[in-house]
Amino acid sequence: MNRRTWVSAVLLLLVVSVVLAGCGSGNNGNTGENNTGNNTSGAASGNEPAEETSAEADSGDTIKVGVLHSLSGTMAISEVSVQEAELMAIEEINAAGGVLGKQLEPVVEDGASDQPTFAEKARKLLSEDQVATVFGGWTSSSRKAMLPVFEELNGLLWYPVQYEGLEASPNIFYTGATTNQQIVPAVTWLLENKGTKFFLLGSDYVFPRTANQIITAQLGAEGGEVVGEEYTPMGHTDYSTIISKIQQAKPDVIFNTLNGDSNVAFFKQFKDAGITAADIPVLSVSVAEEEIRGIGVDVLEGHYAAWNYYQTTDTPENEEFVASYKAAYGDDRVTADPIEAGYIAVYLWAAAVEAAGTTDVDAVKEAAKGLEFDAPGGKVTIDGDNQHIYKTVRIGEVQADGQFAEVWATPEPVKPDPYLDGYDWAAGLGG
Amino acid sequence: MQLKRLTPQRLYILIGYAVAATALFCAPLYLSDFRLNLLAKFLAFAIVALGLDLIWGYTGILSLGHGVFFGLGAYAMGMYLKLEASGTSLPDFMGWSGIKALPWFWKPFESFAFAAAAGILLPALLALGLGYFTFRNRIKGVYFTILTQALVIITTTLIIGQQAFTGGTNGLTGFRTIFGESLGSADTKRMLYWVTAAALLGAFVLCRFLVKSRFGRVLRAIRDGENRARFIGYNPAIYQMLVFSISAGLAGLAGMLFVFHVGIISPSTMAIVPSIEMVLWVAIGGRGTLIGAALGAILLNYAKSEFSASYPDAWLFFLGALFVVVVVFLPKGAVGLFGKLKIPQRRQSKHEQEPIGHSAV
Repeated sequence: MNRRTWVSAVLLLLVVSVVLAGCGSGNNGNTGENNTGNNTSGAASGNEPAEETSAEADSGDTIKVGVLHSLSGTMAISEVSVQEAELMAIEEINAAGGVLGKQLEPVVEDGASDQPTFAEKARKLLSEDQVATVFGGWTSSSRKAMLPVFEELNGLLWYPVQYEGLEASPNIFYTGATTNQQIVPAVTWLLENKGTKFFLLGSDYVFPRTANQIITAQLGAEGGEVVGEEYTPMGHTDYSTIISKIQQAKPDVIFNTLNGDSNVAFFKQFKDAGITAADIPVLSVSVAEEEIRGIGVDVLEGHYAAWNYYQTTDTPENEEFVASYKAAYGDDRVTADPIEAGYIAVYLWAAAVEAAGTTDVDAVKEAAKGLEFDAPGGKVTIDGDNQHIYKTVRIGEVQADGQFAEVWATPEPVKPDPYLDGYDWAAGLGG
Repeated sequence: MQLKRLTPQRLYILIGYAVAATALFCAPLYLSDFRLNLLAKFLAFAIVALGLDLIWGYTGILSLGHGVFFGLGAYAMGMYLKLEASGTSLPDFMGWSGIKALPWFWKPFESFAFAAAAGILLPALLALGLGYFTFRNRIKGVYFTILTQALVIITTTLIIGQQAFTGGTNGLTGFRTIFGESLGSADTKRMLYWVTAAALLGAFVLCRFLVKSRFGRVLRAIRDGENRARFIGYNPAIYQMLVFSISAGLAGLAGMLFVFHVGIISPSTMAIVPSIEMVLWVAIGGRGTLIGAALGAILLNYAKSEFSASYPDAWLFFLGALFVVVVVFLPKGAVGLFGKLKIPQRRQSKHEQEPIGHSAV
């Protein structure tokens, strides 16, 4: 044997021992507990660590809460704003005396726009930091990656973004809109106000595909028709082919579920092709105030979006929220729907904990049922059955200043219906 | 391998390996559940790194497409777990996409044995096929590397596009049980950890056997002078195809183990960036040494996990700095650092890995 192998062996030993020693010492706090838990009961169930979690989370002077968003990678640009709003809410609550008389201590982790990382960090927050709850996620795939971890360890996740529905995990609270609080009313509004011929355009991933299935079923039932349906890969920037298809199909309206950079290219090329918002209006469900800044207001003016909250939403709570957000992060910053949803998630959780008198997950879930809160976007109520929240649906038109003007809103907050059980035409969609 | 005389050095190495293996297998005794889960994931990554080292470090073929092989293995096992979790009903995403019956190619994955075999054989066969069309036509170097990247794009696009059959960008997740045992229980996790550790050990022994054998010497000959090897009478294409296929099979095996520990597989895990990351593990650890590749995968992922937990805002800079330091100062990887230390040696080996770029023929 030569030197190199020998050296390798020594190195291996050294490194393995260092790593393992590091692992062992890095979590003195709970190694012992976990081990005893495992040794004493042969069939340690997945619930055990969770019980520890809730017992541990409010035992000190502070209550640890996890904040898990992508701070790096492609989603960072969107998620950082939500993370900031959540941290702001935590600070506000702390300034007002905390929860159950204890200060909240945020544990920030980076999901890195990567599903396995989201799963890993969720597991770390629950079993190692033993946080009382986690606020986090943006993409559906990140939520799907975290869901099994939260169910296994009986954790609590607050997910702040509108999504494609068809889910109601007992361990997740959804503070963003489900389909019947955004897409379905938007389609109805378009049918009544803009025409019946729809062109569906989306990025190629789960949300647009699912959304478009729902829209197709709804149009079939409510007397509309789909004259074209196109998907482009994430980050796609050449829309000339699709724009000529649009020109041929002559739709009354385009329903846009494109995400991220693609919107910049699409709207610019759409305008360059000489099509105005008056000719064919585009309604987007992923373009909010933040995205308008990136896409450019000149190409977006006059087009529509469907959300539950705009920076311009006229409530006293919103005035305060926008002011403190700008004060904390800069005058040039804007608020948007997911930012508001992340912000209210923290308040809803804090209210549920106060009501329950403990951070125990099951008790908090029980206390959260029917909880009401005056959010910046109007009054919200937690639906005890599916852990979504009642939200007001608002259609907004992009103005020259980059803000939305609300052109229509539901008179009352809409009851969340993630599986669209209340719609006959949705029966074939499964779920 | 023939029996060699037991010199002191040899004894030390054996002891070293034995201690390392013991430490690995006893990890559940002194690691928390979370740490054990992390380590298990890293061990799975180490298996990919071993396979990559076989083709890159020893044969000189750079594949930036190993994410695909990893992903295929992971999807094979994921399909089995998904079907077990769904019971008699369809996997949830199929229901949403309007599929009424289980597609024919999902059916065999109800059997664990089939899924496990497919997880290794599918990537191996795909690699064999790709190798057949490339190596036989003497496509090599950067052209081959680009082809592997194309393979990645084709595969991920296909999986995303066929959402009804594959779960699209969300991938497969929501697994519950394996052989009726809950995946969440500590016992199952420990068992799966041991399976992973054993697989890594097995993969290591296999790779070591391969590189020490005559087959391994031919691989190095091809790396250092493909034409010379050809003129001596070897057909490099056969060897390249074979080793590429073995390497892909190992990646598939790693993918299956990954799914057990992480509980999710999606196209983003097999995309271009993860594929390149896999090569980085080998480069940082030290290509051309098996132990370097395996340690590179474990240490780098450990560093990533630790850095990102301690400095969620700045961890990428640390990781980047680490890459730069290793590439600039340690061209042979972390293992090369220790190779520089002078250690007295009594026996000269006749055949060992020459530094890459030297002629071994």
